[in-house]
Amino acid sequence: MAEKTKVKVLEDVVVRFSGDSGDGMQLAGNIFSNVSAGVGDEISTFPDYPAEIRAPQGTLGGVSGFQVHIGRGVHTPGDLADVLVAMNPAALKTNARYVKRGGVVILDSDSFRASDLEKAAFKTDDPIQEAGLSHAQVVPVPITQMVKDSLADSGLDNKSVVRCKNMFALGLVCWLFERPLEQAQHLLKNKFAKKPAIYEANAKVMRDGYNYGNNIHASVSTYRIESAQVRPGIYTDVNGNTATAWGLIAASEKSGLPLFLGSYPITPATDILHELAKRKDLGVKAIQVEDEIAGVCTAIGASFAGNLAVTSTSGPGLALKSEGIGLAVMSELPLVVIDVQRGGPSTGLPTKTEQTDLLQALYGRNGESPVVVVAASTPTNCFDMAFQAAKIALEHMTPVILLTDGFIGNGSSAWRIPDMDEYPEIKPNYVKPEQLGAWKPYDRDERSVRFWAKPGTEGFMHRLGGLEKDWKTSAISTDPANHEKMVRARQQKVDNIARDLPLLNVQGNPDAELLIVGWGGTYGHLYSAVEALNAAGKPVAFVHFNYINPLPANTEEILRRYNRVVVCELNNGQFASYLSGKIPGKTFLRYNKVQAQPFMVSELVEHFTKLLEEE
Amino acid sequence: MEEQKEYTAKDYKSDQYVRWCPGCGDHSIVNVLQKAMATLGIPPHKTVVISGIGCSSRLPYYMNTYGFHTIHGRAAAVATGVKTANPDLTVWQISGDGDCLAIGGNHFIHSVRRNIDINVVLMNNKIYGLTKGQYSPTSDRGFVTKSSPYGTVEDPFIPAELVFGARGTFFARSLDVELSVSQEVLVEAARHKGTSVVELLQNCVIFNNNIHSYVADKEFRADRTIHLRHGEKMIFGKDNNRGLVLDGYKLKAVTIGENGVTLDDILVHDAKSPDNFLHQSLAMMDGHDLPLAIGVIRNVDAPAYDQEVARQVKEVTAKVPYHSLREFLLNGETWEVK
Repeated sequence: MAEKTKVKVLEDVVVRFSGDSGDGMQLAGNIFSNVSAGVGDEISTFPDYPAEIRAPQGTLGGVSGFQVHIGRGVHTPGDLADVLVAMNPAALKTNARYVKRGGVVILDSDSFRASDLEKAAFKTDDPIQEAGLSHAQVVPVPITQMVKDSLADSGLDNKSVVRCKNMFALGLVCWLFERPLEQAQHLLKNKFAKKPAIYEANAKVMRDGYNYGNNIHASVSTYRIESAQVRPGIYTDVNGNTATAWGLIAASEKSGLPLFLGSYPITPATDILHELAKRKDLGVKAIQVEDEIAGVCTAIGASFAGNLAVTSTSGPGLALKSEGIGLAVMSELPLVVIDVQRGGPSTGLPTKTEQTDLLQALYGRNGESPVVVVAASTPTNCFDMAFQAAKIALEHMTPVILLTDGFIGNGSSAWRIPDMDEYPEIKPNYVKPEQLGAWKPYDRDERSVRFWAKPGTEGFMHRLGGLEKDWKTSAISTDPANHEKMVRARQQKVDNIARDLPLLNVQGNPDAELLIVGWGGTYGHLYSAVEALNAAGKPVAFVHFNYINPLPANTEEILRRYNRVVVCELNNGQFASYLSGKIPGKTFLRYNKVQAQPFMVSELVEHFTKLLEEE
Repeated sequence: MEEQKEYTAKDYKSDQYVRWCPGCGDHSIVNVLQKAMATLGIPPHKTVVISGIGCSSRLPYYMNTYGFHTIHGRAAAVATGVKTANPDLTVWQISGDGDCLAIGGNHFIHSVRRNIDINVVLMNNKIYGLTKGQYSPTSDRGFVTKSSPYGTVEDPFIPAELVFGARGTFFARSLDVELSVSQEVLVEAARHKGTSVVELLQNCVIFNNNIHSYVADKEFRADRTIHLRHGEKMIFGKDNNRGLVLDGYKLKAVTIGENGVTLDDILVHDAKSPDNFLHQSLAMMDGHDLPLAIGVIRNVDAPAYDQEVARQVKEVTAKVPYHSLREFLLNGETWEVK
């Protein structure tokens, strides 16, 4: 048993916790990533959970996973896991394909009885062989029995005892990666602040797991992670949905406007509603209303009344909000619409990720109905893009659709808490007192932006509406030439916003022949692939879009600079076809994946390598 | 206290030419609404009128207030947003029977259930006018229209019944031709804290002429309607000698002075009773066996949604040690990188 433990120094590792959806894998994963962030690692996490809240225990449909990527140079939750924790055969079976060659598999041997194997539809009594994991270093640990023995005198009932297994696994993984247990215990204590007995039991079991690893000197490599050099500051761990909510609060503070959210629960966007509802303690008015349409319409009402107004949803909800967004276009009111994209069409794959709502966001309304469309690229970038979406909406009197997705919405990273001075002021386009008397609601400034008069302001009473209005008088008009003029004015207003947007920045090797193009939540994977290729002496250039409509001013110039441009997206080529319309005659190569899963860095590297070889 | 200024109906009238058909009941309703607003004395700049789509929903354009002509069925949701965002505003929702009860039915029942402090003016002409004559959710069974050439095969909503089903706190009714009652109920509706629904039976001179004439005609109106006032006897009839009594669980019309009935036997209207059983019975009278009730039928106090949201925000902000996003973030789980 005394085989010496080998210590590997790695720059980054990926750990995947998996078990029944009631096994507490998300909690174990969360604590592990927080502890790692606390010792200076970059982190990126991604939960992979089933749509069923509690599928039958031990079955394939009920497996829940949580992947954590820690170390330096971390831009994604990682393609494949260095370590897989599988609490039962079903978890082993569904997650086997995510294990790196030669990786470590830790399993709870007590839950691999014949009946357990049968539930997970294994046909032989060798699940390792059958799952194709012969290449892996398997560490079977009788977790359930050890937890029971450890807590025999705890006074807890059997069910509560068994529920502590996840902490044994966490303790073992902490040992494997030399993570200190103090921080993990601290997090656990907060989690179970109101249940000291449960905390004590979990903390004990976690120490047992750690000690077990230490004592058996498991004949596997242990890892030491090199910590990343990150910018000094106070950090916290945040997922994209929470970051989105916080970015809106920041915009509310910078604009001096109260924040209003009208929303209806929908996966995977609901956490935005949850967070903003909690932030009533910062003055946010977040209300859950009767349906998606009421979500957007209450927000439009709040905007008319002078708030920073937001509605949050996912693809099916965006479809329901279309008419409301059209009203905001026509009445030229500031409105932020957040679409956390998921697999579609229809109900589709609610808990999975995709980029298939782009064209819906751009064009999914009746009439000539231009809106600003922006997209966030990482969990923490959700903060910045939510802030920017609000800023654009308020300063340009227009609806703005912010596209995030299930992957970055649920995924989390370490985030340096910014000083709010790092963010610009937001100056809504209010009516000025000197306009009193002559002012009409559809008067425009030199940017084609109309002025905002809040109800309650004396002398500026006015009527808005969905009917076309006269350029001069702002009264209802069906005049043909007037309509065309108003259509163009609304378009011009949105186009003019490009002047305020940051220019595109070419990353990777700008002198390369091949340009990789991405947008939104695929940034981490594309960036990692580009880095890997350039490091391997295969030059590629890379641009990533956060601003979709309007496009940054130098978009055409950059895209025309490269002979070969490949647009990569998690759909059938929506951004590529949009770019084709904007840049006539330019041919775009496409790399598309529509599996409701993120890209894998490895598949991107493989594909781009092939493209380079074709040159 | 802000300086109390005297307003007249004219202060609420915009410069826009009114485009309803000559003879349409909406003309008198907009006039009465402006008079009611003057009576209330809430300044035009603190008054917001929100509408959906339909003939009646053009109304905001004729008001010199803040106004928003929104989309079909959604006025209640937009009005909810306005009032929740700024509870200091007085918010009116103008809807027709199609806008409010068909496409907007869901928002209607939920705003009533929530008791958001808005005043809903429901103009009921039992027809779609703007789309040129189709049956509405309040059209009677068998009603023949362009979209029901052989008559409808469905029963209508009775708006009051929906309001009570959604646990409404205020319901009133009037006729487009009953100007003083209409003004009275609109004023009461605005003073009530919570969702106030005012059903105005309104004539569509083009597509559904005389639909309410059974009760609205001057010749029969006194005998076929009853004007309910809180704390007063339920008396009606052109000779003011008819009254309502309870017969078991049912209302019954009686004549004072006949069969030993005296004024003492007649019910007194209690609009403020939390129990809505009698309110519902009164609201369901249709002018045939029993007179159609006009006036304020139900008016009870309950917490208003917009006030509750504001109260909760105030309460929870006072309890936490942080008052800005950065303070909040630094108060949470953090670590320092040096």
